[in-house]
Amino acid sequence: MANWDWQVFCKDTIDGEVVANCWGSGKDITYLHWMVEAWGWTVAVSLVGLVIALVVGSLVGVMRTLPNSPWLVRFGNAWVELFRNIPLLVQVFLWYFVLPKMIPVMKGFPPFVLVVCALGFFTSARIAEQVRSGIQALPRGQRYAAMAVGFTTFQSYRYVILPMAYRIIFPPLISESMNIFKNSAVAFAVSIPVLAQFYLQAGEETGAQVEMFVGVTALYIVSALAVNRIMTAIEKRLRIPGFVAPGGTGGH
Amino acid sequence: MLGLDFSFYNWDLITSYVLKGLYFSIFLTVVATAGGIFFGTLLALMRLSGKKWLDMPAAFYVNGMRSAPLVMVILGFFLLVPFIIGRPIGAELSAIITFIAFEAAYFSEIMRAGIQSIPRGQVFAGQAMGMTYSQNMKLVILPQAFRNMLPVLMTQTIILFQDTSLVYAIGAYDLLKGFETAGKNFGRPEEAYLLAAVVYFVICYALSFMVKRLHTKIAIIR
Repeated sequence: MANWDWQVFCKDTIDGEVVANCWGSGKDITYLHWMVEAWGWTVAVSLVGLVIALVVGSLVGVMRTLPNSPWLVRFGNAWVELFRNIPLLVQVFLWYFVLPKMIPVMKGFPPFVLVVCALGFFTSARIAEQVRSGIQALPRGQRYAAMAVGFTTFQSYRYVILPMAYRIIFPPLISESMNIFKNSAVAFAVSIPVLAQFYLQAGEETGAQVEMFVGVTALYIVSALAVNRIMTAIEKRLRIPGFVAPGGTGGH
Repeated sequence: MLGLDFSFYNWDLITSYVLKGLYFSIFLTVVATAGGIFFGTLLALMRLSGKKWLDMPAAFYVNGMRSAPLVMVILGFFLLVPFIIGRPIGAELSAIITFIAFEAAYFSEIMRAGIQSIPRGQVFAGQAMGMTYSQNMKLVILPQAFRNMLPVLMTQTIILFQDTSLVYAIGAYDLLKGFETAGKNFGRPEEAYLLAAVVYFVICYALSFMVKRLHTKIAIIR
């Protein structure tokens, strides 16, 4: 096996010379600098995707549990089946290539927006499924109690059902947030400069496949762990003594 | 319709581009499921053995695989192996090995949960009958555990089938690649992607419908 050469990260991306401060200046950057920028893209794609997924997923999930609205329930179910049964990579291609062709307005959208939508909508189906199961896991008495004190449907969701449901589904939401970081790697297929894309390009340019792989994988693992720590801390803060949330496992 | 034209799509195109890719996608799914369940069971048994020297490496492997993106594992294996052994291996073989190794980690977690879902009394009952560890596992625990986790295993297999589209990253010829090649050759890439989405949807929806049916059928009534 070839000798490892960690200095490669300090090399200039243009002339391949080792730069003293390992970072470069202005447009003259090192591979380390480039990798950190790629990490920034990964974080940006994942976080914006996560926000979309949480908002849309919550709406669709709530929709699927509404009483006396069979068409909204059907729409919610169809949404989940649609976005869950098409591979993420194919969905990325649909957003990036197909939709702009079918809907002329979308031609002007930057690739970042399209990829973030793909990732967010894909994940929204999984979150909607969890929100639905969280709401349905609550004893029916909770809903009746809210009705009995004269709450409207909106009020009973806002003050009674959702605060409990979100606490129940927090563990699977944590693994979904970690998943979205991992899934964001797929954005490389449409040339968004995320970490996976950096790995392909930098590995080829420098020939330092092993070093680049170790660096990029480490950053992915660190990101996923950081998300896990942050979300677990939030979960602890929100926890209500006496209620134990059941655990759950996510896909990938 | 919306600037799309599907007239290029006919049986000839399916047989010459799509079927080959579909076969590889299915083949990869089946092989990775079988291999993943085999190695996943071994990993799960290592983790449940109660021996630290078996548990630790298995936990390290499983957690490592589960925190890395599949795309990175596929790319990494494909690009690193030639670097280490000195000669390239094909994209297809590389994909098969990667998927077995990656899925083993996920299947092992399902196995572990399945085995742990069996009440302790079953283990003790087996021991009381004088069964060895392997007899106990083979005759008492695993048959019940498999039954409990069959729906989860099949859901994971559907996810696995979707994930096979990621071999796109290393240029292996799968279902998605088949449609893409056809689309490029006929100058209709958008329509080809849309058709690929429809085919994936139909297959995965049908499979998950079957899993739902199976779930109600085989659930052990306690």
